[in-house]
Amino acid sequence: MTPNPDTTFDAIVIGAGSIGTPTAYYLAKSGLKVLVLESVPSVGQGSNKRAIGGIRATHSDPAKIALCLRSIEIFSTFKEQFGDDIEWDRCGYAFVAYRDLEEKTLKNLLVTQKSFGLNIDWYDAQAFSEIIPDINPNGLIGGTFSPEDGSASPLLTNHAYYTHAVELGVEFHFVEPIRAMDVQNGKIRSITTDNATYSAGIVVNCAGAWAADVGKLAGIDLPVRPDSHEAAITEPVARFLGPMVVDIRPAPGSTNYYFYQHITGQIIFCITPAPNAWGFDTRETSSYLPMVSRRMIEVMPRLKNLRVRRTWRGLYPMTPDGFPIFGWAPGISNFLLGVGLCGQGFMLGPAGGELLARIAQNASTENDQMILKYVSPERKFEGQELLK
Amino acid sequence: MPDFRIKKHPILPVPERKNIQFTWQGKSLTAQEGETISAALFANGIRIFGHHPKDGSPLGLFCANGQCSQCMVIANGSPVKSCMELIQPGMDVQPNDGLPALPAVDAVPEFAPIPEIDVPVLIIGGGPAGLSAAIELGKSGIQTLLVDDKHKLGGKLVLQTHRFFGSTDAVYAGTRGIDIATRLENEVRQYHSVDIWLQSTCLAVFSDKKVGILRDGVQYTLVKPQILLVASGAREKFLAFKGNTLPGVYGAGAFQTLVNRDLVRPAEKLFIVGGGNVGLIAGYHALQAGIGVVGLVEALPECGGYKVHKDKLARMGVPIYTSHTILSANGTDKVESVTIAQVDSHFAPIPGTEESFECDSVLIAVGLDPVNEFYLKARDFGIEALSAGDAEEIAEASAAIFSGKIKGREIAKMLGSPVSDVPPVWYKTGEILKSKPGKTYFEQFPDLAEGVMPVIHCSQEIPCNPCAGLCPNGLIIVDKKDIRSVPTFIGNNYCCAGCERCVAGCPGLAITLVDYTSNPDRPVVSIPYEFTRDVISAKDIVIVLDTQGQKLGSLEVIDVHTIPSSDRTMIVQVAADREIAPHIAGILIQEANITHPMLQYVKHMTDDTIICRCEHVTAGEIRRLIRDGYRDINEIKTVTRAGMGSCGGKTCSPLIQRLFKEEGVPYNEVTGPSRRPPFIEVPLGSFAGEKREAK
Repeated sequence: MTPNPDTTFDAIVIGAGSIGTPTAYYLAKSGLKVLVLESVPSVGQGSNKRAIGGIRATHSDPAKIALCLRSIEIFSTFKEQFGDDIEWDRCGYAFVAYRDLEEKTLKNLLVTQKSFGLNIDWYDAQAFSEIIPDINPNGLIGGTFSPEDGSASPLLTNHAYYTHAVELGVEFHFVEPIRAMDVQNGKIRSITTDNATYSAGIVVNCAGAWAADVGKLAGIDLPVRPDSHEAAITEPVARFLGPMVVDIRPAPGSTNYYFYQHITGQIIFCITPAPNAWGFDTRETSSYLPMVSRRMIEVMPRLKNLRVRRTWRGLYPMTPDGFPIFGWAPGISNFLLGVGLCGQGFMLGPAGGELLARIAQNASTENDQMILKYVSPERKFEGQELLK
Repeated sequence: MPDFRIKKHPILPVPERKNIQFTWQGKSLTAQEGETISAALFANGIRIFGHHPKDGSPLGLFCANGQCSQCMVIANGSPVKSCMELIQPGMDVQPNDGLPALPAVDAVPEFAPIPEIDVPVLIIGGGPAGLSAAIELGKSGIQTLLVDDKHKLGGKLVLQTHRFFGSTDAVYAGTRGIDIATRLENEVRQYHSVDIWLQSTCLAVFSDKKVGILRDGVQYTLVKPQILLVASGAREKFLAFKGNTLPGVYGAGAFQTLVNRDLVRPAEKLFIVGGGNVGLIAGYHALQAGIGVVGLVEALPECGGYKVHKDKLARMGVPIYTSHTILSANGTDKVESVTIAQVDSHFAPIPGTEESFECDSVLIAVGLDPVNEFYLKARDFGIEALSAGDAEEIAEASAAIFSGKIKGREIAKMLGSPVSDVPPVWYKTGEILKSKPGKTYFEQFPDLAEGVMPVIHCSQEIPCNPCAGLCPNGLIIVDKKDIRSVPTFIGNNYCCAGCERCVAGCPGLAITLVDYTSNPDRPVVSIPYEFTRDVISAKDIVIVLDTQGQKLGSLEVIDVHTIPSSDRTMIVQVAADREIAPHIAGILIQEANITHPMLQYVKHMTDDTIICRCEHVTAGEIRRLIRDGYRDINEIKTVTRAGMGSCGGKTCSPLIQRLFKEEGVPYNEVTGPSRRPPFIEVPLGSFAGEKREAK
C-alpha cells in the first residue's frame, strides 16, 4: 500500500506551544515535512500565553545555561533574523537579598554561574539600588544582577515561529486532540485523531502540562505533572524599572515571586505557590493578589499605586528534579520528548526546538551531547536544582 | 471662561455648591465641590484629556463609568481615571500624554489583613433589580449584603428624568426614574437585615467561592455568600465607524451621566445613533438640558424603541433618519461633524446617499449586552448564583424592578424563609414587562367634537398603564389582564371633567385634552410640556405639531400651569381651530435641522475604523487576520493587542464578532475571548490591604 501523502509526514509534533511551535519550525527548516496536532483552537493558547516573558541564562546547571545562552542569541536577534518584533528587551535579572540566608545562597550560586562564564555579579545595597532605584533600601543587603538576561513577549514570539513554520509548509491542525497511538515493536506506527489517522517517521511530544497524557497513549510513563501558578499584569506606565526582580525569600503561601516591567510599560508578576498547587486547575483564586501584592510593595513601595489590569493562572509542567526532559523516549525508538520544562518553556523554546530538530536528524553536536546527559529521559530524577 | 454647567433644569434640582479652584495645565479654573475631575473639566469646556501612546490621537471621556481609561489625567502627579476621582481644592490636573509616570513612594505603607465576610446573600448591583430583590429579602429578614459601585443607589434610574412606563401596581409606572430610585432606596433602608455598601465595586468571583469587592473604593474585601444574585445591569454596545474614538463620541450612559448626574452640558449640537428607547430617551434628556439634537439615525426601517418616545422626539423637532447609519465622525481633535448614509436591506450604506451634518458630539445607543461575567464565573465555580434585570435579560427598567422582586422571593424561599412561593401571576407580569413593542394601530381621533375630550396619541402595544389609573372617573381603560393593549377613552363628550391628570401623567406625553365648552369652533388644547418654565409663557407664539412632528400651525399660548399631580410636567394651553385641535400632540422645541447638510462630506474608510479603542486597533488589521483564516479571538488579541487594554475587551469583543459576521464566518467557527478578572483596574496597594482613606 502506498502511503497517503495527506496523512503521512516526516514528523508529527504534538502541541503548538512554547516548545512545539519552534520545534516544528526547526524541523521544517531542516527539510522535514511536519504536522502539528493541537487540541486548542490556535497557537500558544495553552501555557505559552500565560508565561510572563522572562528569559535568563543565569541558571545553575550547564544544560540550561547552554540552552538559554543560545535562546538569548535567538531572542536578541529575532528582528534581524525573522523580521518580527517580539518585544525583546535586554533588561537583565536581579535577585535581591534582604537576609543573610539569601545573600549566602545567591553568592554560592554566583560561583557556579561565574564558572560557566555567565555575566553576573554581586552588588552591595548601594550599587544594587543604583540598578533598581525604587528598591526598598531598608534592610537591603544587595543582590546579583545579570545584565544580559532579558524579556520578550511569549505570545508574539510563539506566533512568529508559527507564521514562519507555516511559510515553510508546516501543517497545523487545531482542535484536533490525539485519541490513540499505535505502538508496535517499539515504534509509533500511527496517531489517530477524530479526523484522521496519521503516520510519521518520528513523533515529538511537546504537550507541555499534558505531556504525561500523551506519553500514556504511547504506553510510557512520563514524570511530568503540572503545578498551577498565578500571574497578573498591570496598566502600562512610563518606564521606571529595568530588570526582572526576583525575591527568593519564602513566605507563607509562596516560595518566591518575581516581577518586571515589560518593554511596553506593564508590570508583569508571578508567584510560586507553597505548597505546590498540583493539577490542571487554572481558575483564579482569591488568595493570589493579596499575597503577591503585599510582597511586591514591601520590596518596591512605588508599586502600590499601580493598577492591576488582569490576572490569570498557568501550568508549570514539573519534573521531579526540576530539569527539563529532552531526548528519545525509553523503549520507543521514534518518540522524541521535549517535555517537563518546569515553567521555563518559553525561554528554553528556541534553543530547545533547535536541539530537538538536531536530535531528530541525528545531527546532535558535542555540546548537545553534554546537554543531553543532564536532561535525558533516562536519568534518575534524583537531583535538585540549586535554584529553582 | 465658558461655563458649560446646567444652571436650571425642568426636572432635576440644581444644587448650590461651593466653588473651588484647581489648575489645568497650570491655568486656574473653577470647579464645584463634590464633582468629578471629568465634570470639572467639561464644565470648563475641556474635552481633550490626553493623547494615546500608540498613535498620539486625542483621548477624552468615553464610558464615564470607570471601566475604560480613556479619561485618564494626571492629578497631583498621579494618573487617575478622571470620571471616578473627585476634584480637590488646589488640585493640579495635567493631561495624560502617552504613558503616565508612576509617582514615587518613599516608604512601605501599613497593611491590614484583607477582611473576609460570610453572608447568606450577596447582591451585586443596587439598580432597579438589585434594590427590588433586596427589599424582598429584607421583608424576610434575611441577612443580605448589597454592593454598588456608585456613590448613590438606584443604578441607571438616577439618570432617568422621565416618567416610567410599565405597570402602576407592579413597578411604580408613571413615576420618574429618579424618584423610583429614591422610593426603592427609602424602602430598602428600612430593613436592618440589608447591609448596603456604596462605591464598592465587585472585582472578581473566585474559584474558592469568594467574591472580591473593593469596598468604599479602597478596601479590598472578600465576601463568601451562600447565594449570589448578580444584578449588575448592562453594558452598552459600541459601534465601529471612522472617528469613533474622537473626544465627543460617547455612549448613552456616559452622556446621561454628564448631563443628568454631573449637570454639565457636554454638547451644543448632538447627533444620536440608535433609535431604541435608550437613544430616544437620551435625545429627550438632551433637549431638556438645553442641548440641540441635530438628528438621530436608526439602521432599521422603524425605530425599535416605543413609538411614544420616538413621537415625542419627532414633535420636538428632531429629525429622525430611519434606514440610515453613521459612516463617520469627522474632526481632527474633536467631533466637528458626522456623515450618515442610507442603508439597503442588508444594512450596507448606499453610495451617493451620504450627508454630513455639523455637530460637536455623537451619542451611541445601539443596544445593550448583559453584564453577566460574574454570573457565568459563579456558575462555573459552583457558587449558587442567580441573575436579575439586565444582567439576566435586556429589557426596560420596569421589567428589571419586577425581575429583582421575583429573584428576591426565590432566594428567600431557597434559604428556607417561610414566605409563600412566587405567585404564578408574577412570572406572567414579569414576561409582559419584558415584552418588546407590539402592533401599531392607526391613531384614532374622537368622533365627537364637543364637551371635553382627551385625545390619546398612543397607538402602539407597549407594557404601560398609568393613564388607566389617572382618570378619577375611570374613563381610560387599559386591559388589566394584559397591559400591553392600547388605552381607550370610554366616556362620551360630557363625562370628562377636564382635570388634566392624564395629560400631566402619561409617561409618553401622549395625551392631550381638547375642551370645546367655551368656544366649540376654537377649542382649548392642553398639551404636556417638560422644559424649563421660563422658555414658555402666555401670549408666546408656538408652533404646534402632530404626533409625527408635522407642523400644524403657529398658535398663541393662553396659559401655562401645573396641576397638583403634575410633578414637574407643565400643561400648556393653546386655542386652535377645531379641525386641527385633536391632532395637536406637542410643541416645537427646536427648529428641525438645527444644522444643514454640509456641502462636502468626509469619505469613510472602514479599514481605518478603530475597533479596540483601548489599544487603537483598526478594523483593517483585524479584517486582514480574519481573511487569513484566524478564527480564535485570542489569537487576534495576541497579534494585534485588541482586547488587552484597560476595559478587558468589553468594548471590542462584540465588534470583532461582528467583523467575523461581515466576513461571512459562521459564529460557531469563532472562539471567543477569555474573560479574566478584575472587573476594573485596582491599585496593588488595595489588594495588599494598604490602609487607605475611603473615597
